[in-house]
Amino acid sequence: MPLLEVDHVVVQFGGVTAVNEACFAAEAGRVTGLIGPNGAGKTTCFNVISGLQKPTRGAVRFDGRKVTSVPVHRRSKRGMGRTFQRLEAFGSLSVRDNVRVAADIHRGVLGAVRGLGSSSRGGVDALLERVGIAAYADERADSIPTGTARLLELARCLAGDPKLLLLDEPSSGLDETETDDFGDLLRDLAAEGRAILMVEHDMDLVMGVCDEIHVLDFGSVIASGTPQEVRGDAAVQKAYLGYAPEDEAEPAHVGSAEHPAESTRTDLPVLSDDTTVLPPVGAGPLPGGAR
Amino acid sequence: MSSFLAFTLFGLFSGAAYAIAASGLVLTYSTTRVFNIAHGALGMVMSFVFWDFSVRQGMPLWLALFLVLFVVAPGVGWFIQRFVTRGLGEGPVSVSLVVTVGLLVGCIGLATQIWPPEPRSVQPFFPGSDVELFGIFVTAHQIITIALSGVVAVGLYVLLNRTRIGTAMRASVDNPELLKLFGGKPEQVAALSWAVGTSLAALAGVLLVSTVGLDYYALTLLVINAYAAAMLGRLKSLPLTFLGAMSLGLITSYASGYLPTDGLLNSVRNVVPALFLFVVIVAMPQAQLRIGQVKGIVSAPQPSLFRALGWGGALLLGVAFLATAFGESKLLLLGTAATYAMVMLSLVLLTGYGGHVSLAQLTFAGVGALAYVKLEQANLVGLALSALIAAGVGALVALPVIRLTGLYLALSTLAFGVIMEKMVFQAEFAFGFNGTLGAERLSVLGVTIGSTAAYVWVMALFFVLMGLALLWLRRGTLGRMLIALRDSPAACGTLGLDARWFRVGLFGLSAGMAGLAGALYAGLRGSVGAAEFQYFNSLPLLLLAVVFGVTSVTGAALGGVGLMLLPVFQSSNPSAAGLIFAVIGFGAVALGRDPNGLANQLFKLGRLLDRRFGTKVRARIPVLPAPGEAQRRMHAEAEANAGAEPSLTSVGLHADGSVDVPLIADPSREVGAHAAPRG
Repeated sequence: MPLLEVDHVVVQFGGVTAVNEACFAAEAGRVTGLIGPNGAGKTTCFNVISGLQKPTRGAVRFDGRKVTSVPVHRRSKRGMGRTFQRLEAFGSLSVRDNVRVAADIHRGVLGAVRGLGSSSRGGVDALLERVGIAAYADERADSIPTGTARLLELARCLAGDPKLLLLDEPSSGLDETETDDFGDLLRDLAAEGRAILMVEHDMDLVMGVCDEIHVLDFGSVIASGTPQEVRGDAAVQKAYLGYAPEDEAEPAHVGSAEHPAESTRTDLPVLSDDTTVLPPVGAGPLPGGAR
Repeated sequence: MSSFLAFTLFGLFSGAAYAIAASGLVLTYSTTRVFNIAHGALGMVMSFVFWDFSVRQGMPLWLALFLVLFVVAPGVGWFIQRFVTRGLGEGPVSVSLVVTVGLLVGCIGLATQIWPPEPRSVQPFFPGSDVELFGIFVTAHQIITIALSGVVAVGLYVLLNRTRIGTAMRASVDNPELLKLFGGKPEQVAALSWAVGTSLAALAGVLLVSTVGLDYYALTLLVINAYAAAMLGRLKSLPLTFLGAMSLGLITSYASGYLPTDGLLNSVRNVVPALFLFVVIVAMPQAQLRIGQVKGIVSAPQPSLFRALGWGGALLLGVAFLATAFGESKLLLLGTAATYAMVMLSLVLLTGYGGHVSLAQLTFAGVGALAYVKLEQANLVGLALSALIAAGVGALVALPVIRLTGLYLALSTLAFGVIMEKMVFQAEFAFGFNGTLGAERLSVLGVTIGSTAAYVWVMALFFVLMGLALLWLRRGTLGRMLIALRDSPAACGTLGLDARWFRVGLFGLSAGMAGLAGALYAGLRGSVGAAEFQYFNSLPLLLLAVVFGVTSVTGAALGGVGLMLLPVFQSSNPSAAGLIFAVIGFGAVALGRDPNGLANQLFKLGRLLDRRFGTKVRARIPVLPAPGEAQRRMHAEAEANAGAEPSLTSVGLHADGSVDVPLIADPSREVGAHAAPRG
């Protein structure tokens, strides 16, 4: 059984359906990608999974138990950790204290009150070292660059040793080398037996690191599979490009007639290659994305 | 039967006036996210202006009304939005609360200064033209008020739903940034809604003034009724707000008509709006954690334990010196200052560290004092029990609103303050109305501290101990959690912190500190009464705490002295009594955005002096800590205060304390900072 199961989740805001009968899963030891055009409902899904947003319908199962009505902090205690697309670092604290406070919270308020000693500085510094931001340890968290703050959020999660990591656009703000290192880190974390579910716009990273990818469009999962499978999927290409190259008896005609090429929903570049619309691994970062 | 009709009519009349006030409150809050606690105070000032125009200057009624409603009030509203509350909506709620409380106190001060207390009366509209309806007399004024509330309702509906700017107003509720992208002007929308909102406050004030009387406080606090009504509509829905206002008007009217005139139920009559507010807030559904938080707040530097001990010792020496020099009356003042300073310490914990605002901190002090008196245990056990009882009461206040956000917590403390004062403090089983209760001086280990001088010194000792405990807490695990929770509740939740219980604990601890101060105060004075813990005085207390710096122990000490000096200054300059409140209020308006307050300016001055002369002085006096010590300490300070100053380890600190600007500090950081976000 997968560690995390999202089962027919529906989220409505007034008349808008942000998530529509979404079903997907994330398994331990694997990196799972959640991709889709802007406004597809990815972050809302994360909010539902982590407990910040109550779904209108549907269920979330984690570690064999239904957690749909379990409050945020209890889900965390059961082994969920997440990072945020819009940063939520503790700006008034130093980078080191950000992780330290997470470790303290993990041990519980009562443990802290009893004064069993603060979390070991060595452990905290090792975490900072691991995500590669040890150089910033004494900086205030609201003064560090965006990419570093995202890594800080990851380190903060890891302080709680979570079974499931929910990463919301973790690599934005990182340069190319940093992104490569980050990919290696994700593989390592998965190899430790954690499930990683990641919303990400950097297709190089997604295609290179993920074992499985779910594609979300208009709040529903339109495709799931390995990077290869997803890349060739007609529905995915349609979601990203506005038309599917498969039914291109006269692609240019179809494209220009019903879906103009400068369609606002185009996140991926239109490539001339018929079979592979998504760029091959290593072709460089894609423009667009949620900025 | 006819009396029932009369009460119904009166209820509808006051409900209509509340509805007008409340709709203005909803309008300003929903478009700018700034909850204007001074809404009623603005209505009060406008009623005075109306009196000034119509009675003192003898203008025709219609002209005075026109000028107030369509010139002065909108102008003031526009001015406030433009220069006072602009941009507060995106900041922490504690800041906008403090600023508008400052506005409230400032308005009262201004009104007292311009229109000194003297009997004034405002006639109802068309006096004498009463109509008999179903056997009861209906005044023209009442009919006009009820009709005007209908006009306001329709007018607001048309404004919001049928005009372009109204659509922009509704859009700005959801997302001002998006509105800007689509060519709307959120600033214009905000200014308009404040102009209209203030005008509505003025209208409500003018309509109510003939019934309530031209009084600084009565009209200001009528705003609690408006809050209560607006809360029913969750500060969003205008129809529900009208419903809330009408029900509140009716309930209040029936309560005053049918409740018994003695016993506990009699006191309920005075607190119906506050009870209504409390019930509505408690019944509100769970608030969602807000994501996309404001970033870190620059806090005052944390002194090292060494330095804190030094200053604490110096303070105790100073107080010991003053205690021997002062006479009895000055000693009592010094003790009062120590009391206020301790209550402000409780705000340092709650507001400065925790980011929550309490508008009833003096009430908790009153609970502590009452417990101390009633326990009749004038020793450390009794003192500790008094503090515990106050802490328990504080936790109980926070418990029902545990699920809600900071604004509602603050408002429910205001309601709590009103309820406690009218129903408990003034009741026969407590202090009694205008009554006092005797209290004994504290005895420590069997030795009664009889002399006032010694007692005041013991109070200063308690202040120092509490301050040290607070600093210790701030530096430790719990302090870090407090700051983390203030910076991002959502992140704390996903890390596994149950913010709700943590908040209840914080509130209880803070109330306990205030209660301890109150208990010590009771022992100092020997007799205490309800008048010393009036809930209204919690507001200047909060303001002075913020003005002097609510993030530091030093700020609390200075603020305590400042608050003690207020009545002294007032009694020596009776003509400037209002001016002082105006200065404090508007001072808080100006300084409220920086919770570090004046104390932080002092710290900066101290660092400047240290930089200039520190090395020389230290070189001459070898006993003082070496530069290395100073460096270590400054490092700790910089950690807490590094908003502007980057960390010193990577930047480089010179022995004289000057800091390199990090232009060329760390190449890797340069790269990181300039890496363009992508993906």
